Amino acid sequence: MTLRAEDVIYPTEAGLYCAPGDFYIDPLRPVPRAMVTHGHSDHARPGHGAVMATRQTLDIMAIRYGEDFAASRQIAEGPVRIGGVTASFHPAGHVLGSSQILINPDDGPRILISGDYCRTPNPVCLPWEPVACDIFITEATFGLPIFRHPNPLTEAGRLIASIAEFPNRPHLVGAYALGKAQRVIALARAAGHHGPIAIHGALKRLCDYHVDQGIDLGPLVAASDPGEAQLIIAPPSAFASPWVQRFRDPVLSYASGWMTVRAHARQRGVELPLVISDHVDWPQLTATIRELAPREVWITHGAEDGLTRWCEIEGIPSRPLRLIGYEDEPE
Amino acid sequence: MKAFARLLERLAFTPARNAKLTILSHYFQTTPDPDRGYALAVLTGTLDLRQVSPSLLKRLASERVDEQLFRLSYDFVGDLAETIALIWPTDAEVSTEVSLSQAVLLLRETGKLSLPGVIADLLDRLTAPERLAFLKLATGNLRVGVSVRLAHTALAMGTLRGSEEIEEIWHGQAAPFLPLFTWLAGGPSPAPASAPFRPVMLSTPITAEELAPLDPTRHIAEWKWDGIRVQAVAEDGMRRLYSRTGEEIGAAFPDIIEAMTFEGAVDGELLVRRGAEIAPFADLQKRLGRKSVGRVLLQSHPAALILYDILAWRGEDLRPLPLSSRRARLEAAPFDSPRIGLSPLLPFETWEELARLRAAPHAPVIEGVMIKRLDTPYIAGRPRGPWFKWKRDPMVIDAVLLYAQSGHGKRSGFYSDFTFGLWEGEELVPVGKAYFGFTDEELRELDRFVRRNTVQRFGPVRQLAPKLVVEVAFEGLNVSQRHRSGVAMRFPRISRIRADKPAADADRLETLRAML
Ligand SMILES: [Zn+2]
Ligand SMILES: [Zn+2]
Repeated sequence: MTLRAEDVIYPTEAGLYCAPGDFYIDPLRPVPRAMVTHGHSDHARPGHGAVMATRQTLDIMAIRYGEDFAASRQIAEGPVRIGGVTASFHPAGHVLGSSQILINPDDGPRILISGDYCRTPNPVCLPWEPVACDIFITEATFGLPIFRHPNPLTEAGRLIASIAEFPNRPHLVGAYALGKAQRVIALARAAGHHGPIAIHGALKRLCDYHVDQGIDLGPLVAASDPGEAQLIIAPPSAFASPWVQRFRDPVLSYASGWMTVRAHARQRGVELPLVISDHVDWPQLTATIRELAPREVWITHGAEDGLTRWCEIEGIPSRPLRLIGYEDEPE
Repeated sequence: MKAFARLLERLAFTPARNAKLTILSHYFQTTPDPDRGYALAVLTGTLDLRQVSPSLLKRLASERVDEQLFRLSYDFVGDLAETIALIWPTDAEVSTEVSLSQAVLLLRETGKLSLPGVIADLLDRLTAPERLAFLKLATGNLRVGVSVRLAHTALAMGTLRGSEEIEEIWHGQAAPFLPLFTWLAGGPSPAPASAPFRPVMLSTPITAEELAPLDPTRHIAEWKWDGIRVQAVAEDGMRRLYSRTGEEIGAAFPDIIEAMTFEGAVDGELLVRRGAEIAPFADLQKRLGRKSVGRVLLQSHPAALILYDILAWRGEDLRPLPLSSRRARLEAAPFDSPRIGLSPLLPFETWEELARLRAAPHAPVIEGVMIKRLDTPYIAGRPRGPWFKWKRDPMVIDAVLLYAQSGHGKRSGFYSDFTFGLWEGEELVPVGKAYFGFTDEELRELDRFVRRNTVQRFGPVRQLAPKLVVEVAFEGLNVSQRHRSGVAMRFPRISRIRADKPAADADRLETLRAML
């Protein structure tokens, strides 16, 4: 008998649950069996029984939570059959190791869970890959037509221009520890900043891991001893702590898709907002749905009202899953 | 338009004056004519442009964007021009450059009927940051915190000219300021304006100890009024009233303009005066910043000028003369209007006598005394020595810190903006905000206090446990409808941290009101 999509996957309090396979995807609380799309802390949480993810996502979880973050782990390599479904992992272009997960029941609709994804080329991870599906479960972090992220290299150029304009003021860029920080570093390199870049202590192990994985970040020094470094990368939380006080007259910057909106930039108190996002913007989000042409779109988190309205205009059935617990652009 | 859009964005997010100057001066140095001149005009508010109404913009957007998506977006962004700039659908990622001059000319020359079409067409050809810059321009809503004086200082940077020289010729110039930029680059002087502004001479503060070694007989003293410093110039049939930064404010003071029947340039204090009684600053504030003034306000808030210097008279430049001669010329000059009077000289032979006068002024709108050396010419700027202001001791009150917000620039990472309150019954009522007055060491102490005593956060604002008493010094008090406390302080600052004093012993609101 053919399964309905709603019987294969549905939201529960612990997160998205795949009933025939008896596992959760990016569960919000400890569960016996989990598949994890990527290492951001609101998607990858410690304390599950068995975790399946890409090797890089598992490595990142071990770096963040310690080697014993789960009772057992399995590297996702090629399709695996679990219960009555086959699951496979496909690059999502979001952060190092990030994946979309395709659930293909023996008899039922193919369901693609995007996780967080990004279609702008990202020097620190594999590019997003189109996967044919019947049901597309997507994020909608930037699900309003005001979000059109500029070319990230142009934004990095603005950072470099400000360093040239204010050579005596240290430039502090707030960027989340996993993905955004390394991307900002790689972008600054691509935009022509070759000097040492200082990183906050909280970024050290994840930056080291990216370098281990063959991503060139150039010379990095510790922010506790920045020497001549004009550019300092720190997690945004550091801006509200006395840590900032060691820098004289800094230019505070913040790299995020939210910087599109001035009120957000003002609220952060930044002087140099940089619109650099690891999520699809509105044109990419809508183009992706057109390209995959799914029968139905389900929306996990973000600005679901905007995307729901667009689907309505386009005549594509959609429904919000209203999953609580994923942050807007977290880490 | 790209460079202009970048400029506006950087200015909007850069709070520090010096950083603003750097950004502006780079812009003027790297932007070609005539764009930089139009930018200068836009920033200094000297460009008269057609204003586009919000309803026109909304209509344009509704023709391009689904209504529901627009509403969701507007709710999220909170600003109409910004929403439209971001949401406006365009095909091309890279646009052909539209210059600022082209945009300005379009706004200036397009008739009302064709305006919507022209704007839509222009928005199609701009990138999102340019669209925002254009829409802010079109709605007359730049809010980037650039004063005329700041623009002049930035123009002067890296050139042979000083900002006072720029102020002096400024009023003869108009967008796109080609002769001005040629002159800044070393070219000939631009044509002089009629009834031009003369850069003003400013005073420096002084204390009783610093005053002691000076010779009282070589100085005069006058009241320091709590009005605004103005320059009234009537020459070649033109009458202009300038603020001390050279901005024209005559439109708000037609009664003064009418009284300027002389031929010359004089320096003085602008105040509201009813009969012999000079009204508090708040009354003058009702007149300031207006494009026009109605008859009722002219009658209820009549303006007056108290003159203390004369810079030019019937074609003769008096600025090189010593103050003693200028004062004599001022006293001899006929001003046949009751609205214009002279600033009286205070009788004193010793600094102690002056101190007694200063301590007991006859009117509350006096905020101290001015002391001027008799033998110096009128020098633009703030030379240390010839002119001093000796302010009345500030009023102080002990208040409790209630909220804190972090600062910018040099104070990044420090909680440096404070709201304080006084007791009313069992409750602490916020009475003002202070951003300065403390030393770097005290700032660190305040910052530590904030971090350890936060009870709640609202975005960037921290609510504090009401424990710390600070001494707040201020220059005066006004009745205020907008403040819950009913009073507004002038120039409040934290003069001392009173860690020794328990919060319950801080002052009460009645005490502050009694100082009115
Ligand atoms: Zn993520
Ligand atoms: Zn997410």
